Amino acid sequence: MRATRAVELGTGMFVLLGFAALFFLVTQITNREIGLGDSGYRLTAGFDQIGGLKPGAPVSMSGVTVGRVESISYDFTDYRAVVVMRIDGSYDRIPEDSDASIFTAGLLGGQYVGIAPGGSETFLKDGDRIEFTQSAIVLENLISKFLFSKAGEQGTAAGTEGTN
Amino acid sequence: MTRLVRELARGAVASLTELGRYALFTGRLLAETPRALLRPGLVIEQVYNTGALSLVIIMLSGLFVGMVLGLQGFDLLERFGSEESLGTAAALGLVKELGPVVTALLFAGRAGTALASELGLMRATDQLSAMEMMAVDPVRRVVMPRFVGGVVAMPLLAAIFSMIGIFGAQLVGVQMMGVDPGQFWSQMRGAVEHGDVMEGVIKSCVFGIACSAIAVYEGYHSVPTAEGVGRATTRTVVVSSVVVLLLDYMLTAVML
Repeated sequence: MRATRAVELGTGMFVLLGFAALFFLVTQITNREIGLGDSGYRLTAGFDQIGGLKPGAPVSMSGVTVGRVESISYDFTDYRAVVVMRIDGSYDRIPEDSDASIFTAGLLGGQYVGIAPGGSETFLKDGDRIEFTQSAIVLENLISKFLFSKAGEQGTAAGTEGTN
Repeated sequence: MTRLVRELARGAVASLTELGRYALFTGRLLAETPRALLRPGLVIEQVYNTGALSLVIIMLSGLFVGMVLGLQGFDLLERFGSEESLGTAAALGLVKELGPVVTALLFAGRAGTALASELGLMRATDQLSAMEMMAVDPVRRVVMPRFVGGVVAMPLLAAIFSMIGIFGAQLVGVQMMGVDPGQFWSQMRGAVEHGDVMEGVIKSCVFGIACSAIAVYEGYHSVPTAEGVGRATTRTVVVSSVVVLLLDYMLTAVML
């Protein structure tokens, strides 16, 4: 083999650059902190309707991301969706009478859980359940409600006209 | 009429035989891989030939693909008033699709042809037969390092391509079109997950195996004439491109 040193140096630089690129892709363009695993604590909340909420969605207070949705399941005892959230350990002063709602970020954005703090002096801890929840707004329900109320109005209007 | 049927049947049998040879050869290459790794010197030389020497074309193409993504993505997203999602669109497009696929196509054109013509010329000048005379297995000594080198180089090249492409998209979107840099990066971070990056890496590993196997197969089995070497080189590019696009669809369907 000729020019072995140059070949080895070139290969070394190539491999280094390749792994640097991989490292960049994994750390810089994604949001999952490596080793987040067991830090923080879990809260659960039951919702009648979660809309398009997905695991990994942010949990925010006043717009600050304080945690993420860990898992979503269906509870057959009270027939509601159960959302498990992992809250960062540094946000450990969430009052126990806080309420959780599901919002949509922007018109096309993903859905997230917003927590509005209550006034209690005792704070939620690992495994606690948020009692006050507000479901996601499903656009189809809103539209159908609106249409039916319109149709109802017209129906009564037509009825009164008929009697006249 | 009977002649036509006979011709068709012969064609079908020939294609099936070719496919079987490909499969057997690839199986042998994969089976020999652990042994080839015991001689890292030969592999390193081939990682240099297929990987380091392809760097310039990969980086240049990545830059321009990223820049055109920035331009097109901006134009499209602006119509919906959500040009801040440009980072997300560019990163997902590059990491999951364009990075692995375009890298594999460029790899087939740059490194695959070099492998095929080198092996074809060895075959045409009886170097491979000479090795067999000396009881040196040419597959182990010549083919395996080239195959393994290609398989190692491809994922790294694809990662470099995606990284440069994201910077290219950022260059056009943020510097030229005025997308807010904070939005560009934070929306990207919010939407891209480790699974997306892994999908790209898995794809590029599979493409690396496919492209390298096709190149060494075509070179090793080329007709030992000047024309045969030329045909092997052409077939390498054609077969690799079609196989990469086909595999890309199947892998995407499986992993999405």
